[in-house]
Amino acid sequence: MPAAQPRTLFDKIWDSHVVERLEDGTCILYIDRHLVHEVTSPQAFEGLRLAGRGVRRHDATIAVADHNVPTSDRRAGIGEPESRVQVETLERNVAAFGVPYFPVLDDRQGIVHIIGPEQGISLPGMTIVCGDSHTSTHGALGALAFGIGTSEVEHVLATQTLLQKPARNMRVDVSGTLGFGCTAKDIVLAIIGRIGTAGGTGHVIEYAGEAIRALDMAGRMTVCNMSIEAGARAGLIAPDQTTFDWIAGRPFAPAGAALERAIAAWRDLPSDPGAVYDRHVALEAGAIAPMVTWGTSPEAVLPITGSVPDPDQAADEADRARLRRMLDYMGLTAGQRLEDLAVDVVFIGSCTNGRIEDIRAAAQIARGRHVAAGVRALVVPGSGLVKREAEREGLDRILTEAGFEWREAGCSMCLGMHEDKLTPGQRCASTSNRNFEGRQGPGGRTHLLSPAMAAAAAVTGRLTDVRQLG
Amino acid sequence: MQAFTTLTAIAAPLPLANVDTDKIIPARFLKTIKRTGLGVHLFDTLRYDAAGAERADFVLNQPPYRSAEILIAHENFGCGSSREHAPWALLDFGIRCIIAPDFADIFHANCFKNGILPVRLPRAVCDALMEDARLGGNARLTIDLARQVVVRPSGEEIGFEIDPFRKHLLLNGLDDIGQTMQHVDAIDAFEAARERQQGWMPAITLG
Repeated sequence: MPAAQPRTLFDKIWDSHVVERLEDGTCILYIDRHLVHEVTSPQAFEGLRLAGRGVRRHDATIAVADHNVPTSDRRAGIGEPESRVQVETLERNVAAFGVPYFPVLDDRQGIVHIIGPEQGISLPGMTIVCGDSHTSTHGALGALAFGIGTSEVEHVLATQTLLQKPARNMRVDVSGTLGFGCTAKDIVLAIIGRIGTAGGTGHVIEYAGEAIRALDMAGRMTVCNMSIEAGARAGLIAPDQTTFDWIAGRPFAPAGAALERAIAAWRDLPSDPGAVYDRHVALEAGAIAPMVTWGTSPEAVLPITGSVPDPDQAADEADRARLRRMLDYMGLTAGQRLEDLAVDVVFIGSCTNGRIEDIRAAAQIARGRHVAAGVRALVVPGSGLVKREAEREGLDRILTEAGFEWREAGCSMCLGMHEDKLTPGQRCASTSNRNFEGRQGPGGRTHLLSPAMAAAAAVTGRLTDVRQLG
Repeated sequence: MQAFTTLTAIAAPLPLANVDTDKIIPARFLKTIKRTGLGVHLFDTLRYDAAGAERADFVLNQPPYRSAEILIAHENFGCGSSREHAPWALLDFGIRCIIAPDFADIFHANCFKNGILPVRLPRAVCDALMEDARLGGNARLTIDLARQVVVRPSGEEIGFEIDPFRKHLLLNGLDDIGQTMQHVDAIDAFEAARERQQGWMPAITLG
């Protein structure tokens, strides 16, 4: 028998999930976990109903409402009629099709990409999909996790498979150690700044290197979460002892002897020595500063010590026009120092940075300080359980005493689907993932940064180098 | 799904890169539980001012392009969110084909599920086709999927690549699920084998 070709982590997960390879290389890929939420599923369930089809694997599917739920007290129900209809439609569909569901008032409710890992539903080596591009988050566990459209949601509900062609392999190595005040968010923003918002198109990115290995699971999830902002199909980090320790004891994770067997299988997942990548990028962690975006694409990012770029310096007329449009939308002028930009709103939360570790980081900056006059600062935990844990640790008190709003779990101001949104012209320091025009509300101006940087902006009232707050 | 065979139509030039799906259809319009009716909100912030009036300078508000069925854009079209509401909004407006140097992966896949043909052509070719499109109402492009060519108003033909399986589904208006269902025995067998090998994999059941 010839020696097996060295394979990447992606190759291994892919190969073990191919049900059938069709003539032109398209594969029927088996899906282990399907996460469903209220915004991208109604038309999929309707499609099943019209075709007389059912859900193939109820025990591999979990549903939750997150995008459209208010983050204020919701015991009285959802006031906004369209949002209410969408959540009620999900509730009707999960009941009719027998899909497990965490109700809005359940502690386990939260942002779909927070609760999958939190509950031990997302595990290494799995294929995981959801009708949401930030499904890449779950790749932090060493799972192949990617976002799909509603037609594909219907396809997975009906067949537990997807028709896919394999992605190309890309490896991003982050060597060395992060400096003081720098976090996983700064790593991933630096990567996007380097490769661009389409840099990963057609690829799955495997993040590796000393600085990645040193991240806790929350940090790894932040990095994988934003893979889609680099255009990648998915992000992956090889599972290791940090991963296994984090999984043990989670409600839906295997336990006892089953966990031992699972870990034995997971130890074979990391890429083989000599595995070939189609593209390789290397960064030095020590050279990464706290990052902040200045434009309307996540690739428009700079160290906080930087200044707004000059469109006239761009390579061609199309680029100059693109940059001018960004500056115009963001209300900026070339050469302006990022640290001089006053903010109106601070948003701490989202599937990128809504975990307990993120709230701890914000609370550490907020402790003994106060939100600057005229600034509205929101903290939105990623799940009911994150909220409860933060309250157990007293973080909610630190934050509310400092003038932050302490809210219920959900996607909230990350995408401005309901009352948590910016008004035109408002400038927001946000721990979320997208700074597109209008993303957080029509006319809203988003600067993406880490939770500590967001808290620093809240207390000073302007974009601030968190390293100066100590 | 509506089949795509040939299309001769007005093309609208949209010389923007990184057109994200929030720009195609902002999140506040995602509260619908239907696939139809989103066309009126297509490119909402580019198309309408704060008071809801049409912006005269936006291409789809200009007379010949109001009935455009082809859109020509720059790099990385459809980046961002996975929302299929983006192709639904384009289709509801009447767009059946988008030509760009490249597309974001999820959006690209979503187009095929809705009978929209995304055509990848080099930037210089896209720019040339935009010049054709700027000739106005009498200038039409033809897309012939079977022959994989775009025909310019001059009659010049430009070839494009497309995945054979996706081409087959689109030409015949076939639904993916129906295709996959023909392989249900293979899925059953795969699932059974997986169950034997990975008995540790927990089921999601709520008490």
